[in-house]
Amino acid sequence: MSSLSPTVRIPRLESHGRVSFPRVLLSEWTKLRSVRSTAWSLGAGFLLTIAFPVIFSFVLSAHWGQMKPGERATHSSLEVALAGVNVAQLAIAVLGVLVITAEYSTGSSRSTLTAVPKRLPVLWAKLVDYWLLSLVLMIPAVLVSFFVTQAILARHDILQTSFTAPGIARCVLCGALYVMMVGIFALAIGACVRNTAGGIATFAGIFFVLPPLMFTLPQSWNNAISQYLPSEAGRQIFSLQHGAHTLTPLAGGLVFAAYCAAAVALAAFLLARRDV
Amino acid sequence: MIEARNLTKDYGDKRAVDGLSFTVEPGVVTGFLGPNGSGKSTTMRLILGLDAPTAGDVTVNGKHYRDHAAPLHEVGALLEARSVHTGRSAYNHLLGLAQTHGIPKSRVLEMIDLVGLHEVARKRAGQFSLGMGQRLGIAAALLGDPKTVMLDEPVNGLDPEGIHWIRNLLKGLAAEGRTVFVSSHLMSEMALTAEHLIVIGRGKLIADTSVEEFVARASQKVVLVRSPELERLRTTLSAPDVTFVAVENGALEVHGLTAAQVGDAAAAAGIALHELTPQQASLEEAFMELTREELEFGHKDEPAEVAA
Repeated sequence: MSSLSPTVRIPRLESHGRVSFPRVLLSEWTKLRSVRSTAWSLGAGFLLTIAFPVIFSFVLSAHWGQMKPGERATHSSLEVALAGVNVAQLAIAVLGVLVITAEYSTGSSRSTLTAVPKRLPVLWAKLVDYWLLSLVLMIPAVLVSFFVTQAILARHDILQTSFTAPGIARCVLCGALYVMMVGIFALAIGACVRNTAGGIATFAGIFFVLPPLMFTLPQSWNNAISQYLPSEAGRQIFSLQHGAHTLTPLAGGLVFAAYCAAAVALAAFLLARRDV
Repeated sequence: MIEARNLTKDYGDKRAVDGLSFTVEPGVVTGFLGPNGSGKSTTMRLILGLDAPTAGDVTVNGKHYRDHAAPLHEVGALLEARSVHTGRSAYNHLLGLAQTHGIPKSRVLEMIDLVGLHEVARKRAGQFSLGMGQRLGIAAALLGDPKTVMLDEPVNGLDPEGIHWIRNLLKGLAAEGRTVFVSSHLMSEMALTAEHLIVIGRGKLIADTSVEEFVARASQKVVLVRSPELERLRTTLSAPDVTFVAVENGALEVHGLTAAQVGDAAAAAGIALHELTPQQASLEEAFMELTREELEFGHKDEPAEVAA
């Protein structure tokens, strides 16, 4: 170490502050931006949100002439524009899980919760920081995706839609909101499970395995249950058309928000009670 | 000041800490001794509120750790287990901790210089050697200029220069009136730094005493005897708490009895003694003596001692 002198003096710290929520928020922001997985996951989320719709709209535009009217009718330019949301949600969910499980796998949770022994402010700060970061990223991503795909599909009048047309702005912006809520849900799952593989597996189970599994149930059961699954309820907020067995955007959004709130509440309960 | 009262922690069926009561006073270096697995790290986790006690209570500077408004100014802790995200740089790790208390960046840089990490401060902590990791942990512990410093096995992985630095650091911190609580399983290390000792074995308090008293107390119970009838003497003295170490031809070290007890027993049995000398134990021996019971339970075939 730097000194061999007989007594080591620790420089005194002039002012002593106390822990406050804005400070924990800043601390968690520093932690979030200072690991590589953040840039990788968010970069992937941003690019996928734009890249998939761009590729799809080029393909669609090129094949439009060979498609029969019936087939053409199944395509909506809004769906193309928001196709990336389905992919981006995985990147955002994985990072959401990692934000908290990496604390446990590396042991940094011990440092974190020694600095903030009341614990819960750490969870709230992580949620707020992650929410804001994904907001700043996903809103531009869906807007870019919408306007770029519209430009690519410009020569097909039937695929043109205006941002100000009824429901369009809501769907586009809620595409971003959906991904942000997925991030919150995944972070809460990570906080409950405290293990990266377990957290990602739990998320994938709920979002990607459960919905197709419902098709093995009798039709009436499937119709009754599926609409209340988190992924199905959540995606209604960025869907334009709603069937007999889907919730309205508002109801779907509220159901998904309730799932998120329940997951966060369980995470908070466990964080306050469990040994680190 | 750290005050533990009847502190108890169970993990499932296993009792890791068993009714510990002790007080760590400011102004001196207090060594926290015990063999590996005796509950030292668990006790420190309980002090920091990372684990909740099954029973009992522990406070730091008069409050539960969790209830302090600025915990990093109260306690600076280095835990034995790594507590750093492997993908984050040393600088950002310390900055993240500092920001929770509004501690300025200049302090972070100051601590990095103090522990000699300035050249690697921007590297990811996952690439650090054990010694560098320890330095980073010490920088984190001192970040808040804490009233109480608690270090779990701080010399682990440090080079001789670093070990020397730690000793001086601990003495300096105590001289400034801070509470210094340092765990180790190495007696020799404590002999050089600590004035007071808290010794535990299998989660229970074995001794809470000054280093001098600790050695003196153990010394009373080690006696060198020389006799022409060693075998008969050995039979006469045999008791559950007494062990013997054959020193050389015709001499025997008796552990667990005072010189007076050995002399009286020999006289009663009519055994001639040619020498009867109380042994001045080293701190190492004193510790072995006090934790012998635990070691016997833990390692039945420990070859160090000759069972009676």
